[in-house]
Amino acid sequence: MSASVTPRSVVIVAMLLGLALLPLYVSITGDRFLLTLFTRIVIIAMAAVSLNLILGYGGMMSFGHAAYLGVGGYAVAILAFEGIQSGFIQWPVALAVSALFALVVGALSLRTRGVYFIMITMAFAQMAYYLASGMARYGSDDGLGLDKRSQFGGLLNMSNKTTFYYVCFVLLCASIFLIWRLTNSRFGMVLRGIRSNETRMRALGFPTYRYKLAGFVIAGVMCGLAGALIANHTEFVSPAMMFWTRSGDLIVMVVLGGMGTLFGPVFGALALLFLEQFLPTLISAVVAPFDPADAVKAGEYWQIVLGPLLLLVVLFARGGIDGLLKMLDAKVRRD
Amino acid sequence: MLQVDGLSKRFGGIVASDGITLSVPRGELHAVIGPNGAGKTTLISQLIGQLMPDSGSVHFNGEDFTALPMHTRSLRGLARSFQITSIFLDFTALDNVILAVQAHAGHSFHFWKAARSDPALRDPARAALERVGLGHRADTVASALSHGEHRQLELAMALAGNPRMLLLDEPMAGMGPEESARMVKLMRELKGELTILLVEHDMEAVFALADRITVLVYGRVIASGKPEDIRANSQVRDAYLGEQEATDA
Repeated sequence: MSASVTPRSVVIVAMLLGLALLPLYVSITGDRFLLTLFTRIVIIAMAAVSLNLILGYGGMMSFGHAAYLGVGGYAVAILAFEGIQSGFIQWPVALAVSALFALVVGALSLRTRGVYFIMITMAFAQMAYYLASGMARYGSDDGLGLDKRSQFGGLLNMSNKTTFYYVCFVLLCASIFLIWRLTNSRFGMVLRGIRSNETRMRALGFPTYRYKLAGFVIAGVMCGLAGALIANHTEFVSPAMMFWTRSGDLIVMVVLGGMGTLFGPVFGALALLFLEQFLPTLISAVVAPFDPADAVKAGEYWQIVLGPLLLLVVLFARGGIDGLLKMLDAKVRRD
Repeated sequence: MLQVDGLSKRFGGIVASDGITLSVPRGELHAVIGPNGAGKTTLISQLIGQLMPDSGSVHFNGEDFTALPMHTRSLRGLARSFQITSIFLDFTALDNVILAVQAHAGHSFHFWKAARSDPALRDPARAALERVGLGHRADTVASALSHGEHRQLELAMALAGNPRMLLLDEPMAGMGPEESARMVKLMRELKGELTILLVEHDMEAVFALADRITVLVYGRVIASGKPEDIRANSQVRDAYLGEQEATDA
C-alpha cells in the first residue's frame, strides 16, 4: 500500500471521515433516522470485516457467519433478561460464548473442504437458529427484548445514540486495525498461503488445520462482538438474525466490497445496506409516473434490481468495489 | 541417509510401486529414471508422505518415516520440489520464500509483528533467492515469472528450510536449453552439500550429475548403479534408453 494520494486512498479517507463526522451532520439536520441507519451499517460492517478474515484472506467459505451475530446478541439479551445488566459481564461473556461456538463449529467443519464445508457451517448456523427458536423462556420465534442497554457504570452511556454510534465506530476501526496487523503477521502469511495453495502449505511443514481453526475462532469472536452491539442497537434479539440468508448477506458484502482487502467489507456493507434502504424508494419514484397506484408495491421488488447488479459486479469487477478503485488507481498512475 | 525397503503401492489393478528398495547415502546425488508411468512421482509422493504405501518402509536418518505426516517429514529435513510447479502464484517471489523460511522457524502463532519486514525471515529468504539466481526478481509476483524461474523459485523454497535432503521431481521439465544449463550448474553446486534424490527425464543432465542411478519400469527397480553401469546395462537399454534414443532420433 503506497502512501501516495490515489483515488482509492481518497475514497477510504473520505469514507472514514464521513463516518466519523456523521453525528455532527445529524445534530445539524436533526435526521435521527440517519444515525440509526448508520449505526446498523457500522455494526454489520464489523461482522463483514470479521468474515473477510476467513473468507477473503483464508479462503474458508463459511456460510454460517451470521450465527455469531446471534450468539453474541443472545448472550447479552439472556444475561439482561436474567438481571445481569453490566456490560463488563455481558460483553466478555458474549465474546467467550462466540469463541466456544466457533471452536466447536470450526473443529468439526474444517475437517471438510469445498461444498461440504459450506454445508456444514450453514448447518451449524441453522442449528443455532432452531435452538433459539426453541427457547421458550427467551421468547422462542418472537425473540427477546432488552429492557436496558448494557450498563458500563458511569463510563459510557449506551442509551445515548451518539455515544453508542461512536462506540460502534471505534470498534469497527479497531477491528480493521486488528485485521491489518493480523494479516501481515506470520499468522496472516500462513492464512493467505492456505488460501493460495493448501497442499503446498502442508508440504512446507505447516499444520494448516490449527491455523485455519485459530482464524475461524478469531473471526467468530469479532462477529460475536458485533452481535453484542446489534443487540444493544435494536434492543431486541430474535432467531431471524441467524437465518442462513443473513449469512448470505454477509458473504455478498465481502464479495461485493472486495475479498481479502482491508476496507472491502466496509464498502460492501455500506453499498448493500444503502441499496436495501433506498432502492425501494428509488424504484417507487421511477414507477410512480407510469403507474401511481402500484408504485409502492413495485418498490418491494427491489431485489430484482439488486440481483443483476451483484451479478455485474461478480462478472466484471473481480475484486469488487475495492478492485474497481484499484483499477482506477492504476489508470491514474498510467496517465 | 534415505533407506527405502520393499515399498509397494497399488491403485486398483495398477501396481504403481512394486517392492521398491533403494538407499541413498549421505551426500549422494541419486537419480531415478524410467519411462512415463513408471511410478516415479508415486515413489516421491510416498517418500514425502503425500501417499501412504500399502507395504514396505521408509527410513530417513535412521528414523522410521513410513507413517509420519507430510509436515513432520518436511520439518525433519526432507524437502521436496513439485513436478507440477506449485508455488503461491499470488505472492511475490520473496513472499513465497519467506513462507518457506517461516515453516521452519517454529510455530507461526505470531499475530502482531509484520512478517515481511522481519529480518529473521527476510534475510534467509533473500539469501535463498540469490543462491538460485532469482535475487533480482524478489518483488515480482510469482504469476509473472517465467516457467524456468518458477522452478528456480521452487528450489529456493526447498533450500530455505535448510533441508538435509532434497527430493527434486523433474526440476528441468519444460525448461529451455539455457534454463536447463543454469539448473544443472546450480545442482552441481548443491551436490556434496546436500543429499539429493533427482527424478528427471533429461538424460543428459542425469548422466552429468548423478553419482548413482536407479531405473524404474512399471513400478519395479530393474537396475541400480553407477551411470556407466546403467549406460552399459542391456536390460535398461531395452526397456528405456534404447526406446528413448529411438524416439529422439
